[in-house]
Formats: sequence, C-alpha cells, structure tokens
Amino acid sequence: MTNTPPPLDVDAMLDDRTTEIIVCCGAGGVGKTTTSAALALRAAERGRKVVVLTIDPARRLAQSMGIEQLDNTPRPVAAVDTGAGGSLDAMMLDMKRTFDEVVESQASPEKARQILDNPFYVALSSSFAGTQEYMAMEKLGQLHRQALADGSHDLIVVDTPPSRSALDFLDAPERLSSFLDGRFIRLLLAPARGPARLMTAGFSVVTNSLTKVLGAQVLRDMQTFVAAFDTLFGGFRQRADQTFALLQADGTAFLVVAAPEPDALREAAYFVDRLTDDDMPLAGLVVNRASPSARTELSAEAAITAADRLQSADSSSLTAGLLRLHADRVRIIEREQHLRERFAAAHPQVPTAVVPAMASDVHDLDGLRAIGASLASQGSDGD
Amino acid sequence: MTANVDRPHDWPKVRLHVVTGKGGTGKSTVAAALALALATSGRNVLLCEVEGRQGIARMFDVDPLPYEERRLAKGAPDENGRAGQVLALHIDPESALLEYLAMYYKLGRAGKALDRFGVIDFATTIAPGVRDVLLTGKVYEAVQRPRGGRHKEQITYDAVVLDAPPTGRICQFLGVNSELAGLAKVGPVKSQADKVMELLRSPRTAVHLVTILEEMPVQETSDGIRELRAAGLPVGGVVVNLVRPQALSPSALAQVRDDTVDPTAVTSELARARVDVDAELVESLVAEARDHAVRRHLEDEQRALVAAEGVPTYELPRLAGGIDQGALVELAQLLRRQGMA
Ligand SMILES: Nc1ncnc2c1ncn2[C@@H]1O[C@H](COP(=O)(O)OP(=O)(O)OP(=O)(O)O)[C@@H](O)[C@H]1O
Ligand SMILES: Nc1ncnc2c1ncn2[C@@H]1O[C@H](COP(=O)(O)OP(=O)(O)OP(=O)(O)O)[C@@H](O)[C@H]1O
Ligand SMILES: [Mg+2]
Ligand SMILES: [Mg+2]
Repeated sequence: MTNTPPPLDVDAMLDDRTTEIIVCCGAGGVGKTTTSAALALRAAERGRKVVVLTIDPARRLAQSMGIEQLDNTPRPVAAVDTGAGGSLDAMMLDMKRTFDEVVESQASPEKARQILDNPFYVALSSSFAGTQEYMAMEKLGQLHRQALADGSHDLIVVDTPPSRSALDFLDAPERLSSFLDGRFIRLLLAPARGPARLMTAGFSVVTNSLTKVLGAQVLRDMQTFVAAFDTLFGGFRQRADQTFALLQADGTAFLVVAAPEPDALREAAYFVDRLTDDDMPLAGLVVNRASPSARTELSAEAAITAADRLQSADSSSLTAGLLRLHADRVRIIEREQHLRERFAAAHPQVPTAVVPAMASDVHDLDGLRAIGASLASQGSDGD
Repeated sequence: MTANVDRPHDWPKVRLHVVTGKGGTGKSTVAAALALALATSGRNVLLCEVEGRQGIARMFDVDPLPYEERRLAKGAPDENGRAGQVLALHIDPESALLEYLAMYYKLGRAGKALDRFGVIDFATTIAPGVRDVLLTGKVYEAVQRPRGGRHKEQITYDAVVLDAPPTGRICQFLGVNSELAGLAKVGPVKSQADKVMELLRSPRTAVHLVTILEEMPVQETSDGIRELRAAGLPVGGVVVNLVRPQALSPSALAQVRDDTVDPTAVTSELARARVDVDAELVESLVAEARDHAVRRHLEDEQRALVAAEGVPTYELPRLAGGIDQGALVELAQLLRRQGMA
C-alpha cells in the first residue's frame, strides 16, 4: 500500500504517566463517547486512576457504567478490574447545572438568582450553540484543578459534545465570549451604565424595531440579563483562556475519531490541521466502525460475473448469494481503504488505529474492553 | 399503454415533507432522494436545508447555495420519461430575519442598522425559538406561495421537502414547547409562529423519520414518533436506510446460520461458474456469509420493532459505491416504487 500511516500505540500513551488528559474529538456519531469510555476503562485496568467525562452517552452505556443519574460529579464504576492498582470514575456532563454553578460561584446570591431566572439566561444556558462545549471545558478545568489538589485522579479522559463539526469544541468558548462581548450587548449595557448620550440615533432605531417585532418585555429582559451578567464576563473569559492553555500543554493528547466516510474524514482532516495551527498535541486518528476485511482475495468483479452466470441458470442459487455478499463487502472495503489513503496522503505523519465495527452496539464493559483491545492491537493484526 | 401520471402514492395531500431522524442515519440523503422522487411529470419541488452545512451542494456537487431558490437537478422521470425539477434553498436565520423585517415592517434602513449593531446575530443565536420560527417561516412561505400571485416570476411548488434537524430537536424546531413562549409572548413573531404551526399540524404536512436498523436509532425513532404525536404533529413514514444487501433468501440464510451449507455443492457451483475454487475459498465465502447472517439477524429484530410502530415504512439499500447524483436518482426510483412518492 502506498500510504500506510504509522500505527497508533495506545497502550504506550495510556501507560505514559505524563499523559494527564486525553480528549476525544470528531464529527457527530462517529464513536467519540464509546472511544473515550473504552480508553478510560483500559487505562484504569492498566493501573491509572482515571476519571472519564462523558457527554450524552447512550442510555444503556450510561446504565452499565452506573452514571445514568445526572449529578454532575464523578462516580466509581463497578466491575472494573482494579488488580493493577487503577480505578475508574465516570460522570455525565450536566450542561445547565455546570453553568448554574459557575454563575453561583461568581455572583452574589441575589444577583445569581436574578441571572438564573432570566429567560435569556435560560435560553443561553440550555441551548446556545456552544454552551455544551464551553461547559465541557469548564468541567475539565474543574476536574483538573481537583486532581491536582487531592491526587484523586492521574488521567482525565474527555468526550466531546455531539456537534456537526469537531472544530466546534475548540471554537465554542471563543464564540461564547465574543458573543457576550458583542456590540449589541455593549450597547444594551450602555444605558444601564449611565450616560444617555450613548443612546445614539442608530441605536434607538434598533430598539424601536426590536420592540415592534418582539415586544417591549423582551427588550427589558434582555437588558436585565446583560446588566446582571456583565460582571461575570471577565471571569468567563479568563477561565476559558486557562482551559485553552491546559489543552495546549504537553500532558494533553488529542485523539481524532472518524468513521470511514467522506464527511467524517473531511472533518477529521480539518481538525488535525487546526490542532497543528493551535499548537495542540495530536496523538492520532481513530478510524472507528471500519468494515471487517474480506476473508478471501476474490475480486468483486469476478464474484459478480460468477454470480450472474449461476443465476442465469438458477435464480435462487445459494452460491450466487454468497458471491454477491462477498462482492458487496469487497466494494465497501475498497471504498473505505481509498478514503483512508486519501487522508493519509494529506496527513502522512498521523498515527492511526483502525477499529472494526462490532456486530452490535457497544453498551457494556465487555464491549468497551473489546474496543479497547482493538485500539491497542494496531500493527499486530494490521490490514 | 395508459399515461398513469397520477398513479396513487401514500401522501397525496402532503405539500410539506419534513425529514428528520437520528444524526448520520441519512436524513439529507433521503430528503434529496424524496425531492427527486416527487419531482416527476413536470412538478416543481423545493428542497430546503436549514442547518448551514451546505450538505445539498455537496451531494449534488454544485457551488455552495445562497439564500435564494436555485435550480438544482432534474427530477426522476415518470413512466413516460417525463421529469420535473428540483430547486434548492439554503435558509440561514440571518437572511431570513432581514427578509422578514423588510417584508413585514418595511425595515430597510433599520434592518441594516440591526445588522450593524449585531442584533441579528444576537437575536438568531440567543433566542433559538426566534431562530427556528424564522427558518420554518421561510419554508411556510414557499409552501403557501399562491399560484400566479403578485410576483409572476416567482416559481410555485407542488411540494417542499425540508432536510430538518435530528429527532432529538425536531419538536422544538417545529415550534412546540419552544422557548419562544418565554421570549416573545405576544407580537408579530408570535403570530407568525402561530400561522406556521397551523400548517405544520395540518394534513398538508408529514414528518418522516429516517432510521437505520440499529438499536439506538430505532429507539430514537419510536421516541420521536411518540413525541410528534403528543405534540399534535402529523407523523409520516419511516424510511429505513442503509439496509444490508438481501442477497440470501430466508432459507439460504437459515442454512448459513445453522451451519448446514453443503461445501461440495458450493464447490461444484463455483467451478461451474468458472471460478478458480479451492476449499479455502468456499470456507471464506461461507464464513463471510455467517458474519452477514449475524448482522441480518440483528437487523430483523430491529425491523420488527419498526414495523410495530404501524406507520408506512420504506427501505433503501446501502449503496456500496457511496452517494452521488446518480445514486440519489436510484434511491428516488426505489422510493417511488414503494409508494412514498
Ligand atoms: N466499533 C464499533 N462497533 C459497533 N458499534 C459501535 C462502535 N463504535 C461505536 N458504536 C456504536 O455507535 C453508536 C454511536 O457511538 P457513540 O455514541 O460513541 O458516538 P459519538 O461520536 O459519541 O456520537 P455523538 O456525536 O452523538 O455524541 C453507539 O450506539 C455505539 O454503541
Ligand atoms: N443508502 C445509502 N447508501 C450509501 N451511503 C449512504 C446511504 N445513505 C446515506 N449514506 C451516506 O451516509 C452518510 C450520512 O448520510 P447523510 O449525510 O444523509 O446523513 P444525515 O442524517 O443527514 O447526517 P447529519 O445528521 O450529519 O445531517 C453520508 O456519507 C451518506 O453519503
Ligand atoms: Mg457522544
Ligand atoms: Mg444531514
């Protein structure tokens, strides 16, 4: 093969005590949550004290890890093999609660209440595109500070929110803070801060038309929200900057997860380039849910030709069915192989692990162990 | 031969087809195929996307779409070889809000000022209810557009297909329980939302769900159907996508599963088909079929769950070569053959 990327050595990464944070990123639905949980479990069973921060795990996976109740703190996962001296705690991110807690920790109780009750805060904290990413980073920062303080964990594995683009994870905090810093918000704040002369003619056109479209109450709510939130802006920005620096540190490893599909691999390529631009440490690419390779060399064309021959005599030929299945499998593998090679041609240095699609969903610890084993066995069973 | 142009299909009254489903199951693919399938016999169909991803442009290999109805492709030909056309529209909330302000408030200058002050950005990001009503409002406009109305040059549509957000957000997107209630309780945006809701809840709308035959997506489909019904939104069909090839008959599948395939019979058949055969080849082919049978079995379990929902279902195969315009037409024909269009 022309473009064979170096194999990803997952166990070396997990066993390296200087690896403190592993972040799994990728496009929606590719297996970020599964990969995070599998890596965390494997690391724990190899002796690391691990906490995994999952985001929106599938119900059954959450149940089997014992984290289906949302209380926003890590809970020990039962049935983990602690023979090597490791442990595994897991949690599921509660975005709104994390946001509320930040507000409560930064503002006076009275002011906090004012913010928490405001409809704009409710919208911002529950559905602003980017809040989930921002809060995942916030929680990562908290977990890291705590681990440093009490030594409870020596490895944090972070899942990232389902979003259309892997880049959202890196961009969202910036988007949120620049949104909070936006021109309009500044303008809304101006009257609250006093000098009425800041109410420029243009701005009154704006407020008038907003009132017309949305009604006066909405504008008042907006103003209250912005005024109450103002003092928190600085704090938010500072924390985001700290977490960003943490992500750039040597102890962090980014894993980009992709499915062997054009969209997911394109996203992965954008993300890899972006990590390089931002000086973020890329550990490798995981191509998840790859089709299992064929068991024989017979080409798709030869199989189809033979199947056609058989079926012209006997339309229900079992052998023809076997041949057609084989041809379909070969075509899919060839396509996936081609897509991977295209990625590798553009990014030849990225260590890669290929994880096959399991026959069914991964929803228990045994399934996670199987994924972990496959992640770690690159090169030995290479294709 | 009779010109059976208006041959019956399952959704004759529907003008607005909303396509939702779990992320990555093929919503965009199915929406595009359905638009092509509906665009036969000279009909005009509009395919809309609202998530700012330019998925339509990518699928059809054209330049990114503007906020403007563009001719995209010829539809699927009918029995007499007569096609219609598919137009595409990429709806982004900023443009929709500006258009809305210009249309209803004649806010030419103020509209621009709003943009300059970052209000458009503010309103469309922080107030998701507002954003959604703008997006669905534009779709509403295209569906309701009167024939031969004021703007003679404006095209009117026989059907509109919306590539919608995923199941988890569909009810909110379509304006049920929206935060809009908390943000704009009265006023013009509210009345716009009410008009849109009237269309969405009418028999002229159908919300179709795309799924694959796996546990989570099927679960999400049943949850989605339940939520849509509870919200009074008309559930359409379920499109089962990415179905594995059905190359083995049920009896052949049973033989593979029970390990009763006769290797000598296969060997002689392969030899008859002039394949260079040895025992290893036979063993490999049977082993591959066994992998397939395991997955088929899991699929069948999920298929039964889909069937239990009691709504019309359609199946589309996983095309080994991936999706391009030719593949979309192929899927469109399959949808037509199954009566979805
Ligand atoms: N290698 C695999 N084999 C079989 N099933 C898999 C594999 N990896 C993941 N899955 C299944 O695919 C589904 C999606 O995986 P997962 O939830 O990890 O994706 P995700 O990237 O976290 O998705 P989202 O973007 O929605 O958060 C799950 O049902 C999971 O069990
Ligand atoms: N029937 C099919 N045969 C082969 N490939 C398919 C089929 N349907 C979809 N795909 C492929 O699967 C991938 C996901 O499809 P698509 O983009 O339509 O899903 P989606 O539900 O719109 O995803 P998203 O949630 O990201 O919007 C694409 O790469 C598409 O080409
Ligand atoms: Mg996930
Ligand atoms: Mg899509």
